[in-house]
Amino acid sequence: MFHWFEQRPFFFAVLVFIFVAFAGIVEIIPDFAKQSRPTVGTKPYTLLELAGRQIYIKDSCNACHSQLIRPFKSETDRYGMYSLSGEYAYDRPFLWGSKRTGPDLKRVGNYRTTDWHENHMMEPASVVPGSIMPAYPHMFTNLVDLDTAYAEAYTVKTVFNTPYDVDIDGDGKVDVALGDYDTAIAKAKEEAKAIAADMKHQAVKDAVANGQVPEIVALIAYLNSLK
Amino acid sequence: MQNGARIEYDYSVAKLFTFATILFGIIGLTLGVVLAFQLAFPELSNLAGEYGTFSRLRPIHTNGVAFGFTLSGIFATWYYVGQRVLKVSLKESPFLLAIGKLHFYVYFITILLAVVTLFAGVTTSKEYAELEWPIDLLVVVFWVLWGISIFGLIGIRRERTLYISLWYYIACFIAIAMLYLFNNLEVPTALVSGYGSWIHSVSMYSGTNDALVQWWYGHNAVAFVFTTPIIAMIYYFLPKESGQNVYSYKLSILAFWGLMFVYLWAGGHHLVYSTVPDWMQTMGSVMSIVLILPSWGSAINMLLTMKGEWQQLQTNTLIKFMVLASTFYMLSTIEGPIQSIKSVNAIAHFTDWIPGHVHDGVLGWVAFMIMSALFHMAPRIYGREIYSKSLLDTQFWLQTTGIVLYFTSMWIAGITQGMMWRAYDEYGSLVYSFIDTVTVLHPYYTIRAVGGLLYLIGFFLFAYNMYKTATAGRVLDKEPVNASPVAA
Repeated sequence: MFHWFEQRPFFFAVLVFIFVAFAGIVEIIPDFAKQSRPTVGTKPYTLLELAGRQIYIKDSCNACHSQLIRPFKSETDRYGMYSLSGEYAYDRPFLWGSKRTGPDLKRVGNYRTTDWHENHMMEPASVVPGSIMPAYPHMFTNLVDLDTAYAEAYTVKTVFNTPYDVDIDGDGKVDVALGDYDTAIAKAKEEAKAIAADMKHQAVKDAVANGQVPEIVALIAYLNSLK
Repeated sequence: MQNGARIEYDYSVAKLFTFATILFGIIGLTLGVVLAFQLAFPELSNLAGEYGTFSRLRPIHTNGVAFGFTLSGIFATWYYVGQRVLKVSLKESPFLLAIGKLHFYVYFITILLAVVTLFAGVTTSKEYAELEWPIDLLVVVFWVLWGISIFGLIGIRRERTLYISLWYYIACFIAIAMLYLFNNLEVPTALVSGYGSWIHSVSMYSGTNDALVQWWYGHNAVAFVFTTPIIAMIYYFLPKESGQNVYSYKLSILAFWGLMFVYLWAGGHHLVYSTVPDWMQTMGSVMSIVLILPSWGSAINMLLTMKGEWQQLQTNTLIKFMVLASTFYMLSTIEGPIQSIKSVNAIAHFTDWIPGHVHDGVLGWVAFMIMSALFHMAPRIYGREIYSKSLLDTQFWLQTTGIVLYFTSMWIAGITQGMMWRAYDEYGSLVYSFIDTVTVLHPYYTIRAVGGLLYLIGFFLFAYNMYKTATAGRVLDKEPVNASPVAA
């Protein structure tokens, strides 16, 4: 029956398309509505955390670290509660990773602190002897791009209804405020000051005091938010 | 053209893509070797500031090999095979020739831009779909140009029936178009908000949905870049080089349509034990096992093509390359399904066994097939003998040794790591801290790096041999029928 198609390129191409597309239609589409529902307590990232997430992506941290705890005792013992679908509802893109050259980071905010991350990014082997992770000293001097982080937060708020400036848990307070550009940037800088207060690197502390945000501050804000 | 006259094929576009294959092969493989050494000797990761870290280079390596080296190879062979199996020359259509050249230049610029932006850290982080939206659009442009080339040439063909290789090129074109478009749907944030970097975008999908679409794409980019077009090559070049007919037409049909139907289901095996629904994980595992049938169907069809002609392994190095490629295809397509069985996946996932699996496929199957295809084409497009047989043999053995070192060390590393992660002592505590499971891998990382280096040296021999063939090989007075002529 397939011989007929071999002399008719148009119908051949159509048939190939149907054969190939079939699996995607059956597998992907039915679950879209269900899987995007956030779990209780899951909130969007603050602007500073989002900026840190962009740094995480920029330096491809996901090439070596997963953010997906599998439902095995060895993993829950090591990293914490296994992952639930709804926890990722505001993750665009997802950052599960595919290779663990380093440990999982899904709940790293529960057991690592700001100054641990600071030392680790400056010289990984200083806190984890034998570590094969590269050092990321440039994060202490490069400034984070808060404008692009704001652009992303604004975009997910308006296009995908991500609940910024919304009372999610019904306690009468806005859970994650974004506001207009100036308010959002000012708030992110305040947040950065709180992080920098726990850091030792003097140049970073000075920069934050001067209203600048080095990449490391935003990255730590993001890593601390992973719980 | 007069009936019965010999067709003058136009190889200008094939030559351009051959050049790109070699160039991007060198870039992609060199970076791969650098990455392998960085894992074994981490201080190498900080030699070039933020631009030299393992994490920054890794996407350039994967993109460079998949979309630089492999795609160039696919296009180079298309512009050679397409004309021949359709019995029509690009010369006959100035339009299609112009499209072919435009295809090359848009493609080449796109890949260069991809390298530059990835170095700068501009990435969407989705594996094998890291490029940001402006470059994605360029990818769409050159893909459409390739489509015009394929269907344009088919439109003016003299050979009524489409040869098997064409089925696979068409499948590559259609499937990648669909996968790429859907996985890369993203919203440019500067356009919506008016703030920030113009090149930045945010994915249309979130969390688990994003993972679903990504692995539906990621797994099948492997299928339709690293598998189907390479099968297209072996279906053309092995019979041509050996002078044998394809063993079974029925098996070709079964294997092709089986592959088309089954492959996409298997994407779910990347998400076993994740937060996607259980039925999809199971579907991914089961379909991966089923996938052995069409994959081995093609491989067996190729190996049986050599039936009664196995002595050619001793006389013709290119046959050696192609037969080993088929064998590695069989290894890789039994290994993948084994890894997707849930209990095996629990140990293998996230470990070095996965890159091990990818590399026995890519180094053994994809790159061997592309290099032997280019070697087969060289005497016909340059009108010269392959420059050196001893270089050819040396390359073969260097690279084969390299692959074996690579995958054996990664099998051991992966299983060691997977077992250590889950080891408990008699009191019910974890035996190893994470860093124990990293430092133990050092010897295997070193062996892998050495294996990669051998392969890279072999690739330089290939590049040199190709260059000398094009410029200094002994001139042929007529085109060889089969068995590419090699100087002594």
